[in-house]
Amino acid sequence: MKNFDGMMVSRLGPVVTGLTVGILAPLLVMLGNPGNMGICVACFERDIAGALGLHRAAIVQYIRPEIIGLILGAFLSSVVFHEFKPRGGSAPAVRFFLGVFASIGALIFLGCPWRAYLRLAGGDYNALFGIAGLFAGIVCGIYFISTGYNLGRSYPAAQESKLSGLMMPLFAVGLLALLLLAPKFGPEGTGPIFFSEKGPGSMHAPWVAGLGIMLLVGWLAQRSRFCTIGALRDLVLARDGYLFWGIVALLIAGIGMNLALGKFNPGFANQPVAHTNSLWNFLGMLLSGLCFTLAGGCPGRQLVMAGEGDGDAAVFVIGMITGAAVAHNFSLASSGAGIGAHAPAAFAVGMVFCLCVGFCSRRKF
Amino acid sequence: MIVDTRGLSCPQPVVEVKKAVSGGDTTIEVLLDNPTSQANVTRFMTKQGYSIGNALAENDGSTRIVFTK
Repeated sequence: MKNFDGMMVSRLGPVVTGLTVGILAPLLVMLGNPGNMGICVACFERDIAGALGLHRAAIVQYIRPEIIGLILGAFLSSVVFHEFKPRGGSAPAVRFFLGVFASIGALIFLGCPWRAYLRLAGGDYNALFGIAGLFAGIVCGIYFISTGYNLGRSYPAAQESKLSGLMMPLFAVGLLALLLLAPKFGPEGTGPIFFSEKGPGSMHAPWVAGLGIMLLVGWLAQRSRFCTIGALRDLVLARDGYLFWGIVALLIAGIGMNLALGKFNPGFANQPVAHTNSLWNFLGMLLSGLCFTLAGGCPGRQLVMAGEGDGDAAVFVIGMITGAAVAHNFSLASSGAGIGAHAPAAFAVGMVFCLCVGFCSRRKF
Repeated sequence: MIVDTRGLSCPQPVVEVKKAVSGGDTTIEVLLDNPTSQANVTRFMTKQGYSIGNALAENDGSTRIVFTK
């Protein structure tokens, strides 16, 4: 155990985490998750928002145990290794809206950075435009970071507010209870929890598999600091490939696993839960990548930090869930047919917001 | 020079230390409050050719490391 953890906190940690995600995500697809969506933080938070009735897009409503597992896996690992630390106070309201727009951008592309790589590993070449957009967004974020951008310090929670660090793990336990109990006490047996009967929301692996696999991934990601934004950011900013090799491992393992399972389907057309509008695949992830960079980590990393007791990351996650609901309520989210009617306007608003945050949150402004 | 990275989220601790390195300081004392920052900063400073001093525990739970070149 000690030797294994030594490896996870070494240079091999992100690689092991990437390999695990690359192998197990296609397995989750085989077990029932939508195509190339073994793991997608943005899509799954959107499904959770739908299941809670925050949006009523009937085809994307389900309490995804993968999100629960990621939070709880990181929580357990951080407790075991004495890294659970309730903290917060670094511009939480700004982080909330960064989460909102990160989610909107991701749902224009149809995937978070994790899914962008998993889509590519499944042969979906549309993801290349998304990854290019992600890189462009990260570079924009690096410009701000290099010129003094900083959302300020967070502080350890005071003795009387230590409970704040447990909010996201408790939220995850609450979601698990709602998933298993599925209360339906509305008229005609509907709500308050909604589960899709058709579409991507109705496609899911057995909950035990989703939860178990992501408990493992959450644990590994917490130990290795796996981050799909940090991977590119640190490579450009500090010439540090520590996290980048995790992405390479994810891609190689994902391609290998999809080939082995006969799920590798190269091309642009007819890809699962994807559209072929290259411009908006790029722009959606540009917005998303910029938001994640300004907030300090990818959506998976934010869930992990929320599990470790980071209140700022928790606010970002709640922002993402809210943003997912907004994306569907305001016709911003894409579908296989193309982008939502008001996606361009939302993109413009999101970019203006990010640029304001980037320029105004600089020490030498 | 003392660089206080406590409470800063990624990648700010490395950015702050990088500034000190660019300033030409040969002895840089860094205050760190989480293992992620500690690993990132140590990796960065090693690459810059600094040697790493002992990690000293502070009263507030943070760690103080002196890097010298």
